[in-house]
Parts: sequence; structure tokens; C-alpha cells
Amino acid sequence: MSNRRDFMGMALGSFAALGALGALYAAKRTWDPLPSVKSAGFTTIDLSPAQENVLVTEKWRGKPIFILKQPANAPKSDREIHVAGGRYLVVVGLCTHLGCIPAYVADKKQFKCACHGGEFDSLGVNTFGPPPRPLDIPPFKISGTSVILGETGPEYEKMLAAGLTLKV
Amino acid sequence: MKEFKILAVVVILSLITYWGVEPFAHSQMHKHVEGHNFVYDGAADIAEATTEKAAAKKAFWGEVNQIAKLPGNAAAGEALFGTCMGCHNGAGINMGGVIPPVLDHAGSLYDKKYLIALIKDPAMASNVDHKYAVTMMHPMGAVQAMVTTPQQIADVVAYIKAKKVGKMTPQAAYEEACGRCHANRYGNLTQLGETPKFKTEKEALAHKLKVLDEQALVEKYMGKLPPDLSIMIRARSEHFMETFIENPQTQLPGTSMPRVGLTKEGYEQVKAYLEETGDPSKEARHAIGPWVILFFVIFTVLAYLWKKHHWKDLH
Amino acid sequence: MAHFDEKAKPFSHKWLNERMAVDTVKKVLSTEYWIPKDINFLWAMGMILAATFGLLIISGIFLLMYYQPSVDSAFDSVNYTIMNEVGYGWLWRHIHGVAASVVFLVIYIHMFTGIYYGSYKRGREMIWLSGMLLFVLFSAEAFSGYMLPWGQMSYWAGMVITNLFEGFSPTIAGGVANFPGFVEWLRGDYVPGQAFLTRFFMLHVFLLPLVIIAVIVLHFATLRIPHVNNQHGKEIDFDEAAKLYKEGKKKESKVIPFNPVFLSKDVFVMGVYFILFFYLVFFHFEFAMDPVNFDPADGLKTPAHIYPEWYFLWSYEILRPFNKDLGLIAFGFAQVAFFLLPFLDKSPVVAPANKRGLFKVWFWVMIVDMIVLTVMGKLPPEGIWTVIGLVAALVFIALFVALPFITKFEKKA
Ligand code: HEM
Ligand code: FES
Repeated sequence: MSNRRDFMGMALGSFAALGALGALYAAKRTWDPLPSVKSAGFTTIDLSPAQENVLVTEKWRGKPIFILKQPANAPKSDREIHVAGGRYLVVVGLCTHLGCIPAYVADKKQFKCACHGGEFDSLGVNTFGPPPRPLDIPPFKISGTSVILGETGPEYEKMLAAGLTLKV
Repeated sequence: MKEFKILAVVVILSLITYWGVEPFAHSQMHKHVEGHNFVYDGAADIAEATTEKAAAKKAFWGEVNQIAKLPGNAAAGEALFGTCMGCHNGAGINMGGVIPPVLDHAGSLYDKKYLIALIKDPAMASNVDHKYAVTMMHPMGAVQAMVTTPQQIADVVAYIKAKKVGKMTPQAAYEEACGRCHANRYGNLTQLGETPKFKTEKEALAHKLKVLDEQALVEKYMGKLPPDLSIMIRARSEHFMETFIENPQTQLPGTSMPRVGLTKEGYEQVKAYLEETGDPSKEARHAIGPWVILFFVIFTVLAYLWKKHHWKDLH
Repeated sequence: MAHFDEKAKPFSHKWLNERMAVDTVKKVLSTEYWIPKDINFLWAMGMILAATFGLLIISGIFLLMYYQPSVDSAFDSVNYTIMNEVGYGWLWRHIHGVAASVVFLVIYIHMFTGIYYGSYKRGREMIWLSGMLLFVLFSAEAFSGYMLPWGQMSYWAGMVITNLFEGFSPTIAGGVANFPGFVEWLRGDYVPGQAFLTRFFMLHVFLLPLVIIAVIVLHFATLRIPHVNNQHGKEIDFDEAAKLYKEGKKKESKVIPFNPVFLSKDVFVMGVYFILFFYLVFFHFEFAMDPVNFDPADGLKTPAHIYPEWYFLWSYEILRPFNKDLGLIAFGFAQVAFFLLPFLDKSPVVAPANKRGLFKVWFWVMIVDMIVLTVMGKLPPEGIWTVIGLVAALVFIALFVALPFITKFEKKA
């Protein structure tokens, strides 16, 4: 049991560990989303057909996207997107509590989440129950009467900077 | 040293087995075909022709070699090339079984003598004359009535060789040379070119129908649908690919695949595309491989030192 | 009830020792697991097999993340998704493919080492039998894995090999050994199709690996009492030799502990092996990833040449030169011949083959015959190759028939 033995054994062991680290990197890369999944993460949605106070649901990166045209008389908010004179709420339709899909109750102008009773107003701001924050706004870029989800435009950057949404 | 003797026995027996089941067995399974370095002078066609055909082939390629010596006039060729554009216009319309190729890079892609031969007699040039009683039945047969004299042929070819050249991407080379008959699904290509993204399932299905129609036409023309080439580069040896593309008849006698007449440069581009879709990890393999091997060399040296330490006072 | 020290810190050495006897376990399994000193690098093959099996499991796990066992998408999930899209997917596939091929080279070296040094008899029969069981299981594992990319070779290998289970012709012995419908039952279909692919997928990624792991444990267990053999077949008094070693008389002792002394040599040999292995993975993998299997499965077109992977060629060649029924018998014989070795060898002598008279001739003829069979198994069955194949197959059968007689008259020296 000399020191030298420990030394050689340890040297070999550490060197092997180095190799294992390399293999771990390859393993991590394997676990990453595929390039085709990432490049499929852009969806263009035309907002112009939406009608006031009628919820439209679209899909982006597999998640529901809520589009709600705000009535002309509704109070202004920083959370809206302005496109061709219209004001729209565009949010990810997943409850910020634990991810269920809230339903829109048009009479009450309110989103209600059945899972644990969370509520949001027509601007997606949480008003009751366990949800910790307003519905998230997806990265978007305005292009004509459409938004391209997945790309980031200046309007989105501004909302992000103002802390109106988390990055999703 | 005894262990080295044992190692030698193990290595030699393993190598003999390897040699037997790999290089030797493959040399026995596949007939050997000489490549001809992308020179198209008819020598191979004449050599492999049946006796009744040999004379005609000899005469044909003799004339081709003669025309190749004529000085071509590119300016005169340009006017004649207009007649080619009647079909080779990139409109993507099937004519007689297949969509005529775009000729934007024809001067770089195709060999000069091959082009001469092709304009003179498409069936002979592409070595599929066994399929046609008369060349006029070939989808491009009509060219015989349009570009007729040796000088005209020389002029058109001179024009193509002077003007229809330029840098092409591997994908462009592939699409022009092979893509009208062979799909490549890993490259997102069908016989109709790149498949666009569709918004609705209906649009996607409508496109699919168009592809199926085109494939049916190609199938009727070729006798069977030419295979998808996505990973052909790994399914066939390099040697097979090269000699097959030079002259399909040598590897698959009787095949309806025409000779395409690629220059060496053109072939390299096509091959680059086939590697892009069929073997994209090649570069990474070559980049990482040496490091992994180096790692294990050092590992082995360390292990040897460790072993030596433990074994030194055993004997 | 054992005694537990109330004051021992949870998870401390003492605490663990009282509960799990870690010191004893370590001694039994490693620091006082005694190995003869008189061995060469061929005794490292077992650990190399274990390491290669480890590589197969790890690379297999990553392949499983994107492989789709469906006849419509299996081919592209492997050749496009894994090879073109998944980060380092190609690396796992190349490791898996090369390891699956090379593991058989090492298995054969391991087996022939056992035969050469007589390590299959005189108390080591169970080592041999469990080893042969591993060989059969690995063969099944390799075959089922070969189905998964669903290329031309997958499909046609699946077709040909499952058809073997049809049994003998109905005219033989009144048809007792003919099993109509059995092939369809195996496949779950008239041809290899979706049901076939999914069940072989199940076998390959779950059932067979599970059984293999269990049998590896069994194989290790069978080694414990007889201990591994040594280069001269000497019988060693392990207790006495171990005592000498522990007293520090390492030179006089005939044994060494598995850990770290034997292990250090194993790891060194493993290092050399990995250099070769990764050279093959990166630069020379065609032998293990047949080009023909890069054509998608087509049930209406058989490839021009079909042949099994190299490690099945010898037994395939024993089947091939005969008519169907004789071929099946010969094939069956080839499968059990090596199992029977401990019982066919009638000599009590445990010594290297080269010191065993006629057995020396037997051993080397067997090796050469196996190589000839392997090479002939790949060549197209025509002309002179068929004749050589037939002779080699007959020699193989004759060898095993003759073995009891050869060994019976061996000197008891
Ligand atoms: C993947 C499968 C296998 C693994 C992981 C494995 C592992 C091992 C290990 C670690 C040893 C002890 C060290 C050594 O002598 O190499 C051993 C010994 C042995 N194995 Fe295997 N083995 C496998 C397959 C086989 C096969 C197919 C056979 C032959 C039928 C076999 C027959 C033996 C014999 C006879 C010994 C004793 C050697 C001696 O006493 O000198 N093993 N095996
Ligand atoms: S998930 Fe909506 S309230 Fe819990």
C-alpha cells in the first residue's frame, strides 16, 4: 500500500472520469430537442378575423394560444397587442398555477380554471385563486395583421422589459 | 515473450477471418467494373455491346469524337439553344414521362462529348437504346429534328460549355442531374422539387396527389419508380456509385436508368449532396474520432503504469 | 439478532457494516477473490465482454429515446432521426452496431480460450454451460436487434430464420417434427410485419437483456468455487496460497487478489481493446453495419446476396450444403455441439491443448474448420465454394463425433 499505487490508481480513475464527462456531454446533446422541433416553433396567426369578446384558440409549440379581441370600450392596457386599429390579448392558454387550460366565460369577461378554481380577467390578469401571475404572453412579432409567434419584435421586448410576462 | 506470441496468434486468426468475410467475400459477390474516369468516348459501350449493335455504336461514337474536334461557335449556339428552352424551361411540366431538366449548370455538370452525343442521339448517348426501336420515341428524341448538322451540335455545346456554367450548390447539382426521377425524402425533395410547408392538411394532401401523379408518369416511363436516394450513399459502395453513374448498364445490365454524363466535378457535387442527406455525421466522425482514440491511448498508458506497479513484486 | 451500536453515525462505515457487512462483501467479491497468478491476457476477455455489454446497454438507452417500432417509421426513425437529427445519435448507433459485432469476436476468443486450456471440465462444467447459455442469449439478442432498423437485411433475415422453425418435412417420421402454423405464430403474421417487429422489439430491449443480466450473474457465481483456470492447468490450493499472499509473501504465493492486482491488468487490456474498438466505431464500421440494410425493407424483392452477420456464418454454412431436412439436423447438431463439450471430452487432463497429444490436433483443426466455415458461409453458394463448405461441415460433425474417442485414449500424464 504505497503512495505510488494510490497515485497511479487515482490518476487513471480521474482520467477515466474526464472521459465520462465527455460522454455525459454527448448524452446531454442527445436529450436536447431536435433541430426540427426547434425550427417548427414558429407560427403565424392572422388576428383580423377575431371578433370582440369571442375567444379564438390556436396552437403554438403544442400549447394552446388564446386570442381575445378587446371590446372598443374596454379600458386600455399594456398587455394588449395593437394590430390594424384592433386591440388583442394574445396569451398562452395555460393556467399559471399548474398548467390546466382555463375556460373563457364571455358573459363575465373572465377566464375560469376548473382545476383549482383560479380566475383571470379578460386581460389575462389573475384575480382569484392559486394562480401566481397573469397568463404568459408568448414571444411575438407583428407583421401586417398577423403575429408571428416564436419570433421577438420590439413590442414584445417592451412588455418583457416592463415585467408584464415571463419569458416562455 | 509468450503473451506476444499468443496475441499474434489471436490477431492473425481474427484478421484472416475478417479478410475472408469482408474484402474477399465482397470481391467474389460483386463483379468488378472498371471506372473510366468520367471520359465519355463510347469505348465502354462498344466493348459491352452485342455483335449486332457494336457496329452502330462504333459509328455513332466515331462521329461524336469527330464533332468534338470541330471548333464550336458559342454565339451561333445561343440562337439554337432557344429551341432547347422550349422544353428545358424550368416549368416543371412532365413531357413524355419525365420533367425536362433545368440546364442552368449544364456546362459544369455534363461532359462535352456526352452533350454532343446526347444532342445527336439521346438514346445512344444515355446508353438506353435497347429501350427504343427508334430514337424519336425517346422523350428528347425530337432534338434530332431541331439540331441537325455536326456544326450546329458543336455550336450549341460550345454555348452551353461557355455560358451555362458557374458555381452550383450540391443540392442544385443533384436536382438538375438526378432529382426529376429520384426523390430524396431526407432532403425534403420529391420529383417535383422541394416540398413546401403547408398550412392545412388539405393543401398538403393536394401536393401529395400531384407528386403521386408525377411519380406514376415516371414509373410508366422507367418501368419502375426509381428508388429514393436519401441514404443511397451508405447502401452502396463508393466504387459502385461512381461506376454506376458513369454507365448504369455495367452494374445493372438492362436497367432503364439513363447514363447522365456527369463530369468529375459534377459527380463530386452530386456525391456531396448524397452525403449531406445520407451520411451527415462524416465530418463529426473525422473530427471527434482521433480525440477519442487519443484518450484511450493515454488511458492505456496510465493503466499500464498502474498494472506495472502492482505486478512488479509478484515474480 | 445481531448487535447494533446505537451510537454509530448513520451511513458511517461501522453503521453500514453492521447492516450490510460491506467489508465482508468487498472481501468476498474483490479484495480476497483469488485469481491464479499464472494467467495471460486471454483471461481479461471476460471483463472485456462485461464492459462491451455495458457499452451496448448505454448506447441502447440513447437509441431507444428516438427509435419507433413501427414498420412505417422504424427505418426513418433510425436512419434519419437518429443519424441526422439527434445530437450524437450517430455516435450511439455506431457504438451499438460495432459493439454488437465485436462482442462476438471476443466471445469466440473467450470460448476458444476455455477450450484450449481445458477450462470446461473437472469442476468447471457449470462455468462452461452458463457461458454457452450466454452465447445463445447473445445470439438471440443480436438477431432481434438486427430486425429493428427494418431494412432489407432485417426483413429477409427475419423471413429466413423464422422459416427454420417450420421443422422437418411432413413426410419425415409421419410429420411428428413438422409444425404447420408455428412460423405464423412466431411472427404473429404471414410474413414479418408489424406484430413481428413489435415482439422482437420487446425481446430485444426488455426480456432478453433481463435474462442476459441474470445469466451473467450466474456465470460469475459458477466461477466462485472452482476459480478460474490457469495457463498450465495446475491445481492450486487457494486457501494456502491466499494465506501466503496475505502474509506478504507475494512471490511465493500462486494467487493474486482480483482487486486491485488482477483488475489492473484487466483494465490495461481493456484500454488496448478500446483503442481498437473506437477506431472501428469512427473509421471502419461497414463490417458491422451492412450496406444492404440501408435499403428499406421490401417484401416483394429479395436482395441479390443475403447472408447472416459474420458471427452466425459458421452454423449457417453447416446448414447450407444439405437438403432441408439434413440441413436442419446438421444445424441443430452445431447448436448443441459446444454445449456438450464437457461431456464429450473423456480425458481428466486439464492442460493446454498443445500439451495434450491428439487433442492438440483436434483443437487446431476445429479452429481452422470454424474459420473455413465462416468464410464459406458468406461466399455465394456456387462451384468450388459449395464443395469446400460441404467438406468443412462434414469435418465439423466428424470432429465432435470423434472427440470422445480421441480423449479416451489420451495419456493420463
Ligand atoms: C457476454 C457474455 C460473457 C461474459 C460477460 C463473460 C464473463 C466472464 C468472466 C468475467 C470470466 C472470468 C475471467 C476470465 O476468465 O475471462 C469468465 C470466465 C469464463 N467464461 Fe465467460 N463470459 C461470457 C460468455 C462466455 C461464453 C459464451 C463462454 C463459453 C461457452 C464462456 C465460458 C467461460 C469459461 C470457461 C470461463 C472460465 C475461464 C477459466 O477458468 O480460465 N463465457 N467469463
Ligand atoms: S391549474 Fe389552474 S388553478 Fe391550478
